[in-house]
Amino acid sequence: MHRTLFWRASALASVVFAWANSDALAHGFAGNRFFPATILTDDPFVADEISLPTVTLDPTADDGTREFDIGPDLSKRITPNLGITLGTDWVHLKSPGSPVQTGFDGLDTGLQYQLFINGPHEAMGLVGLNVNWGNVGNVRAVGAPDFTTLSPTIAFGKGFGDLPDSLPWLRPFAVTGNLSVDFPTKAESDGMPNPNNFNYGFAVEYSLEYLQHYVRDVGLKAPFDRLIPLVEFALTTPLNRGQGGMTTGTVQPGIIWAGQYFQVGAEMIIPTNNQSGHGIGGVFQLHFYLDDLFPNGIGKPMSEW
Amino acid sequence: MRRLATALLAAAALFGAAHGALAHAFLDHASPAVGSTVPMPPPNVRLWFTQELEPAFSTLTVTDKAGNRVDRGDGTVDAKDPTELHAGLKSLPPGTYKVAWRVVSVDSHRTEGDFTFTVGGR
Repeated sequence: MHRTLFWRASALASVVFAWANSDALAHGFAGNRFFPATILTDDPFVADEISLPTVTLDPTADDGTREFDIGPDLSKRITPNLGITLGTDWVHLKSPGSPVQTGFDGLDTGLQYQLFINGPHEAMGLVGLNVNWGNVGNVRAVGAPDFTTLSPTIAFGKGFGDLPDSLPWLRPFAVTGNLSVDFPTKAESDGMPNPNNFNYGFAVEYSLEYLQHYVRDVGLKAPFDRLIPLVEFALTTPLNRGQGGMTTGTVQPGIIWAGQYFQVGAEMIIPTNNQSGHGIGGVFQLHFYLDDLFPNGIGKPMSEW
Repeated sequence: MRRLATALLAAAALFGAAHGALAHAFLDHASPAVGSTVPMPPPNVRLWFTQELEPAFSTLTVTDKAGNRVDRGDGTVDAKDPTELHAGLKSLPPGTYKVAWRVVSVDSHRTEGDFTFTVGGR
């Protein structure tokens, strides 16, 4: 009896907490806006989510190598505003005149803090430190790094639902973006320089979910009312060590379908210049919302502090 | 590669086992419809969500352009259909009205949102 009362009181307390703690919503919500987890651009929110898997076929590299990757990415909240990320890839490399090479790439980890979430203006910001660990993957076979790289990063999201009612068709737009600088712990590897890099990327999204449910009922039914067409951009500019200014990157148009428990995304990968590759690649991602699948288990912060 | 595929299948099976889980409540549809123009003042506003709602923590308000409440203050989760939230409306003159909702699904996920509708074709 006492146990039942305890659990009821706990359930009520958790509901009250969820109600009161309006700035600690996981899963990419800011007011009316739902930001999906984007494939290329770092998300501007801490979350309990897992990409399982992300499958990537890169455009053909300058030397004719074709790379195929598959791997998981986990995001986990430690507290409502503090989170970690963890990810890696299994790599399959096919170079002209060489046998196929396979192995794991480096390990990526991140520590993130949610700076703010502004519901009325559909805005959010996050700071973090990403670390790509050296000598973790298969260095010789697939070129996993033999050095560790530290990358302080900031990420932001902004929805345009606060535009005037006279611009209804623009209100479903949203932008997310991130900026980071790489600090490699080794100046060169095998005679090749490891420069500091400036990384910048953003995603432009048009949410049909927002259009249908917050702006105008245009008659979209499931599954079309959960589609988010988007274009992602990611660019890297080396800053020193003889590499300065040689910007590389990709443009990735695609679409995300976001459901109750998971989302599915697919994008084309288009290199921005010859140094970034040739032809077209593609990426597919299946992404689960752990906070919806396991709201009382792994899907909630480890601490409510 | 085979091990990786096996691990992925095992993970998929694990998530499949969570079939009975609940989730964030999204707005499914509303009456009057989101962004619509209705010729006559509706007697109430009704919202249907994708999940069952927690009545004690789910609210609905309707305001006019000046921010004055025009609902009857009786916003509540429907007793028979726990995915429906509704509120009675005062007699509305022509104009645009804002419907704002904050709901907690029965597993404590909170969502909120708002939309407008117009009476009288103004």
